[in-house]
Amino acid sequence: MLHFLVVGILIIAATILTYFGVNIMWQLPLAASTQATPIDWLWDVQIKAMSFLFALIVVPMAYSLLVFRRRKGETGEGEHFEGNTRLEIAWTIVPLIAVLTMAYIGAGNLADVRRADPQAMVVNVTGIQWSWRFEYDNGVVSDELHIPVGKQVLLKMTSNDVIHSFWVPEFRVKQDLVPGRTTELRITPTVVGDYKVRCAELCGTSHAYMEKPVIISTQDDFDTWMVARVEEAEALAATPEGAGQLLVSANGCAACHSMDGSTVIGPTWFGLAGSQVELADGTTVTADDDFLYESIKAPQAKIVAGFEGQQMPEYGFSDEQIANIIAYIKTLR
Amino acid sequence: MKRNQSVGRGLLFLLIAGLIGYGIGLGLDTLIMKNVRFTAPVPSAFTLLFAFTAFFFGIYGYRGITRGLVFQVLGTLIGGFIVTGIRAVMGLQLFGGFFFSEPAWVFGALVGAVSFLFGVGVMSDWVKWARGMDTPDHHEDEPGWEKYFGVSLDHKVIGIQYTVTALFLISVGGLFALIFRTELAASGLQFLNVGMSLFGQNGPQLYNTLMSLHGMIMIVSILLGISGIINYVVPLLVGAQDMAFPRMNAFAFWAAVPASVLLLMALVLGGFDTGWTGYPPLSAKAPVGMQMFFLGVFTAGWSSILGALNVIATVARMRAKGMTAWRLPIFVWAAIATSIIALTATQLIGLSFQLVMFQRLLGMGFFEPSKGGNPVLFQHLFWFYSHPAVYVFVLPGLGIISELLPVFVRKPLFGYRWIAMSSLGIALVGFVVWAHHMFTSGMNEYLRVPFMYSTLLVAVPTGVKFFSWVGTIWKGKITTPTPMLFVLGAIFVFLLGGLTGPPNATVSVDLHLHDTYFIVGHFHDTIFGGFVFPFFAALYYWFPKATGRRMNEFWGKVHFWLMTPSFLILTFGMMRIGLMGMRRRIADYDPLQGFDATHLLLTICAFGIAISVLIFFINFFHSIKNGEKAEGNLWESRSPEWQVPSPMPVHNYEQPFEVVGEPYDYGLAGSKYIEFVPAEGGKH
Repeated sequence: MLHFLVVGILIIAATILTYFGVNIMWQLPLAASTQATPIDWLWDVQIKAMSFLFALIVVPMAYSLLVFRRRKGETGEGEHFEGNTRLEIAWTIVPLIAVLTMAYIGAGNLADVRRADPQAMVVNVTGIQWSWRFEYDNGVVSDELHIPVGKQVLLKMTSNDVIHSFWVPEFRVKQDLVPGRTTELRITPTVVGDYKVRCAELCGTSHAYMEKPVIISTQDDFDTWMVARVEEAEALAATPEGAGQLLVSANGCAACHSMDGSTVIGPTWFGLAGSQVELADGTTVTADDDFLYESIKAPQAKIVAGFEGQQMPEYGFSDEQIANIIAYIKTLR
Repeated sequence: MKRNQSVGRGLLFLLIAGLIGYGIGLGLDTLIMKNVRFTAPVPSAFTLLFAFTAFFFGIYGYRGITRGLVFQVLGTLIGGFIVTGIRAVMGLQLFGGFFFSEPAWVFGALVGAVSFLFGVGVMSDWVKWARGMDTPDHHEDEPGWEKYFGVSLDHKVIGIQYTVTALFLISVGGLFALIFRTELAASGLQFLNVGMSLFGQNGPQLYNTLMSLHGMIMIVSILLGISGIINYVVPLLVGAQDMAFPRMNAFAFWAAVPASVLLLMALVLGGFDTGWTGYPPLSAKAPVGMQMFFLGVFTAGWSSILGALNVIATVARMRAKGMTAWRLPIFVWAAIATSIIALTATQLIGLSFQLVMFQRLLGMGFFEPSKGGNPVLFQHLFWFYSHPAVYVFVLPGLGIISELLPVFVRKPLFGYRWIAMSSLGIALVGFVVWAHHMFTSGMNEYLRVPFMYSTLLVAVPTGVKFFSWVGTIWKGKITTPTPMLFVLGAIFVFLLGGLTGPPNATVSVDLHLHDTYFIVGHFHDTIFGGFVFPFFAALYYWFPKATGRRMNEFWGKVHFWLMTPSFLILTFGMMRIGLMGMRRRIADYDPLQGFDATHLLLTICAFGIAISVLIFFINFFHSIKNGEKAEGNLWESRSPEWQVPSPMPVHNYEQPFEVVGEPYDYGLAGSKYIEFVPAEGGKH
């Protein structure tokens, strides 16, 4: 009986120690959305349960190892008992009730996380290897996501190429972007600040770098930004190279093609137009309009030497859009 | 010839043939690409195939595995050229950066894998039967180590073949992990950068390939490892002369060898960047290495399915007299549970990969949205196997814990029937939880809550095991030789894996945890606790049974005390940064997230594990010839295999035994589990 008493006290002590120890070592990032609140609450409940169960198993094991170990010179076998049906039934039924309760709480928690605001601001999100494209209701397109604080945003997301996943760790919630369908994610940011959306579903070579800024600002700052974007877009759209620049930033071309001569994934665009390009098959061509057009329209037709392993996706641009992009590339020198 | 001489010759041959293969590959590549590419896929592929084959030729001569590999190389080339010929007639492009076109590689690889099985000789008896010829029931194996390189029908030889192949693959998969773990030690790309090029891949691509192959090679090695233990131990535990279908048993093992070759071919043939999960559309776009990966898994699947069938048949039909269901050694229950899953679920991963294969080869749009396909469907098919597969990995390990624990605490297994039934319970519940891998996938939202309920239910039978183990240890006379240390380590580590599971099962919390290092830490805990620690326990425990010698205790303990803390810090740290926002499967991370220090520590711990496993390997191979002699009942076990001398006689038990008591009645004076009886019909 004494054994059970000691073990019981030790279990309580170990539970408390484990809970505090785990909380020091494991910390969630800043909670910056309404959705984070129930998730963090449930996580804390689970850490408590984990600490208790950890102590419940480890303490009697460690105690047995210390107290019941075979000492030097000792012979004989352990105490002979084969089981206890009541105990077995108890530790089947009690955990069963516990997990069903946890699932019930979990379902309610999920409902809290998914709570929808009918007034939510809609942003259309497209995942691209390896960039993000955010399109607002008024047609403004950006590779940064700006949201006013305290307002629920409904992200309607899809992908052009492979599966991606939208995740801002500070907002907790995560949702995959699947080609051929639209998935939804609701986020209500609560803390002004600069965050990053980080693609969480492996999407190929530069998956690690598929990160873009997510800016949570006051409604005023958001409105200022939006107005500036609208004006900037109008100004740029007036010239072909400006329109090209808009397309380039909206489609994340810079994820692979640098504008400054460095090599990222694909060939740089700096000084590209009109230069001599060596191809993988050993021939050399001039990067004239026809070559650039073909390289955008059918990326696999001619592979530049040194980039044999790369697979640029086809973007389905119109001829006019391609002409604008070429006009933009020509400005990079 | 002496073993050391043979290995020396094998290594020499490996070097020479590797160079020749490299020369041929480089010549062919230069011819096709009109460009000298030293690190391109084709020279590497030829180097790999030539070197492997020559190594075994040097050791063993032109028979068994060498003949199999020669057949595989020739079969691959012949198959490839057949498709290339057809393409020539159709006017399609014949060769490219990977030498063969993709369809030619796929068909060639398939022909190669089948050719291997004919070449190695595992089909010869069946071919003879088909031609109306008789074969002897038992093929006598040659004495000594050479029998392990050829086809043997003895379950003990096959068990060791499985185990050694598993250990080889564990070191390959572990090496891959060390490479990318080293890259992760600091943020930024240090050596796997964009500028480097190997096997037609730049640094980040090679990172993805190594990371993906680490996953699948480890999975295959686990499947082979459990088959190894099951094959060696289960017939001994139930008192059978051999497995029910010895030829199918050999076939199942040998199918895993070309499968391993195919997986390694995936590395050199351009690799693939999808992770072991191979989700389309990414896997529909990856280089030809993807197809080698699919075929490798497909072939390993045959091995798993047929092996499982054999285990079930053996236990159902070949038990000793008196061995009723409740008197089966507990490990046999685990083997049955795991085999039921492997037999019935493996098809689904084969199927899902085959559909992507066909999508790539034949343009069928199963998972291509523009052709009416559905990428999420793949995930359902894939996880329908791949979640239960986790229980295939851990159930035998949990069985080993339950089997060994009573021996070292000198007490009956607490709640034997409950433990036996909990294995089946886990196996059955395991079939209805797969979609918990897909909470963020975009599947129908109303599916998430039912799958949360079913997933959390797994905790119930798992809890029964833990509580029963505690009951077993309680008031035992506990000793802690190396196998017991690993058993205790297994319980502790698996407990951590088990406790970190429910947060992932709870949908809302999983929305944060999914695809982060928290998951990586969690499943490494379950796999190390459920497989790696018990596997090492089993190797230390049954090593004397197979060799008549024991492994060195001191170095065994060094292995344990180096590996365990390293591993605990590794996974605890993984979960720490995962919570903070470290995503899975990334080659580089944002220095602003503050992971650098933890990652450096994790890399150091990974090397700690590697060194401990290296110590194990040296101990293992050194002890085969030089270990302390241990021919008797070393662990004072009640189990039948320890009642006969070690190493185990060729035909197992000279006299059959009868079960006369409970298997784990340690401490009950005068009780016996088995009694040897003269064979029926008098002595032979």
